[in-house]
Amino acid sequence: MLSLRGVRQRYGAREVLALERFEAAAGEHWLVLGPSGCGKTTLLHIIAGLLRPSKGEVEVAGQTLAALSGAALDGWRGRTVGIALQAQHLVPHLSVRDNLRIAQYLARAPQDDARIAETLGALGVADKAARKPSELSHGERQRVAIARAVVNRPKLLLADEPTANLDDDAAARAVDLLTEQAEGHGVTLLVATHDARVKAKFGHTLRLGAP
Amino acid sequence: MNLASLSASYLRARPLQTALSVVLLALGVGTIAMLLLVVSQLEERMGRDARGIDLVVGAKGSPMQIILSGIYHLDAPTGNVPLASVQALAKNRLVKRVMPLALGDGWKGYRIVGAGREYPEHYGAKLAAGRLWQKPMEAVLGAEVAARTGVGVGGRFAGAHGVSGQGDEHGAAPYSVVGVLARTGSVLDRLVLTSIESVWQVHEEEHGPTDEEDRKALEAEREVTVLLVQYASPLAAATLPRSINSQSELQAASPAYETARLFRIVGVGVEALRAFAVVLIVAAGLSVFVALYTALEERRYDLAVMRTLGASPARLFGLLLAEGLLLALAGTALGLALGHGFASALGALLAAEQQYPVTGLAFRTEELWLAAVALMVGAAAALLPAWRAYRTDVARILAQA
Repeated sequence: MLSLRGVRQRYGAREVLALERFEAAAGEHWLVLGPSGCGKTTLLHIIAGLLRPSKGEVEVAGQTLAALSGAALDGWRGRTVGIALQAQHLVPHLSVRDNLRIAQYLARAPQDDARIAETLGALGVADKAARKPSELSHGERQRVAIARAVVNRPKLLLADEPTANLDDDAAARAVDLLTEQAEGHGVTLLVATHDARVKAKFGHTLRLGAP
Repeated sequence: MNLASLSASYLRARPLQTALSVVLLALGVGTIAMLLLVVSQLEERMGRDARGIDLVVGAKGSPMQIILSGIYHLDAPTGNVPLASVQALAKNRLVKRVMPLALGDGWKGYRIVGAGREYPEHYGAKLAAGRLWQKPMEAVLGAEVAARTGVGVGGRFAGAHGVSGQGDEHGAAPYSVVGVLARTGSVLDRLVLTSIESVWQVHEEEHGPTDEEDRKALEAEREVTVLLVQYASPLAAATLPRSINSQSELQAASPAYETARLFRIVGVGVEALRAFAVVLIVAAGLSVFVALYTALEERRYDLAVMRTLGASPARLFGLLLAEGLLLALAGTALGLALGHGFASALGALLAAEQQYPVTGLAFRTEELWLAAVALMVGAAAALLPAWRAYRTDVARILAQA
């Protein structure tokens, strides 16, 4: 499902990521663990096709990313990858419902209100559909961000520091939500974190050291 | 959700900046649209009134005043010319036709014009009711005069001295209305037409000829006010005005030359207003640019998130461009509405003054050009912000979170 070979990312002379080999099968849940600055976010960006690695090959769901260019890569990302960013990354002036609809619109997927309602329901925020992000609690915003990541039924779900600034209970809940969403649909899940609290919930761990 | 609704949602999120850009553009576009409408209508109208009249001859004085009083009936005449000059001019082989007009009286602000029956015929006027004048003291009303005064065929009125009809009333010599003209869209609409003899009769009765000798003397002194001249040949333009002006009491004025001169004088004001409007449009363009550009800073996460959701750089470019175009579209639509509104308001003001009619309900193809230019200003102002959005470095922005 996911295969990286000899991936290296350099900024000038500084190497921020070096990964000889990484393979993940469909439906597996991976924790990408390591201290700040070890290249976790860079790895997620490379897998999502947001960043082209300086070296190496990336294949996601049978697609070699280097073979896709520009808009084709963006379209592929919209259809294939769900990315849960930190909760603050919702479009502030759009309602919760429109924050999900924009994901369908930008991925050129059908704009499906039933699917939006279903997704919000699965994450327990169906009653917030008409609210603006600023009217939600931190935890609710996080649920909406996860809902937006899964609304297009991605094959691969990436989450970057989903437990940042959360207490133990909330962090556990956030990870549960991600794994539930991934499990239900056989989605491959990668969660990047420096938070060792959630380690027990994952069957697979990729540990990145400081370069 | 589509590009238009998404960009509109961003504009709605910044109502004050959006309103400022739209209002600035609307004022600029509105001013230019109004100038277009008013100037073109005046030019068209003045051109129609002067059509087929090659030369106007009046008493010595300002040529502009002769044109304004003789063709457009806006100014006071320079004086009178002897009747004999009409015959002399008509005999000239360079002259095709001479139409003498006798001015001097008015009624309720409308001018009473003594003329031959060829005068309404020249403007292609048709009767809406009644007939043309046959005897002295019979009058035919222009369409606007009849509509505004409410007087129709069979009505009677007395003229008053002075072209605007503000002077003493000639109560002893009442006119009877025998006809009403259909609307011509020319100066005739706001004139009261009668025979030249009527005008003479009104003034001679004032003096009250006592015997046959007095009457003969008055008849010999009969005068008209202006002569509208049509040339028989283009050659006339070279020689006729000069030969007329060499006569001590006559002044020839060319409508084409004088109206061109008038528009040059008025044109300075029009140009100044137009330049001001262009400044407004440029300011609107800057306002659009500043609004989009400053918003980019707080929107960079939005733009980066959109990239993670599958938007290509070109779509982000399109989003910003659409915002500029939407602002321009709103400003243009509001501006054109304002322009037509201004023109209508000016028309209502002028109508109350019985001046030239101006309407806001006419459209001109230049307005489409104006709209195209305004839209281009909006697009151009959005270009740099759109380029910045296109260049959004997603990985770097998200890594900074």
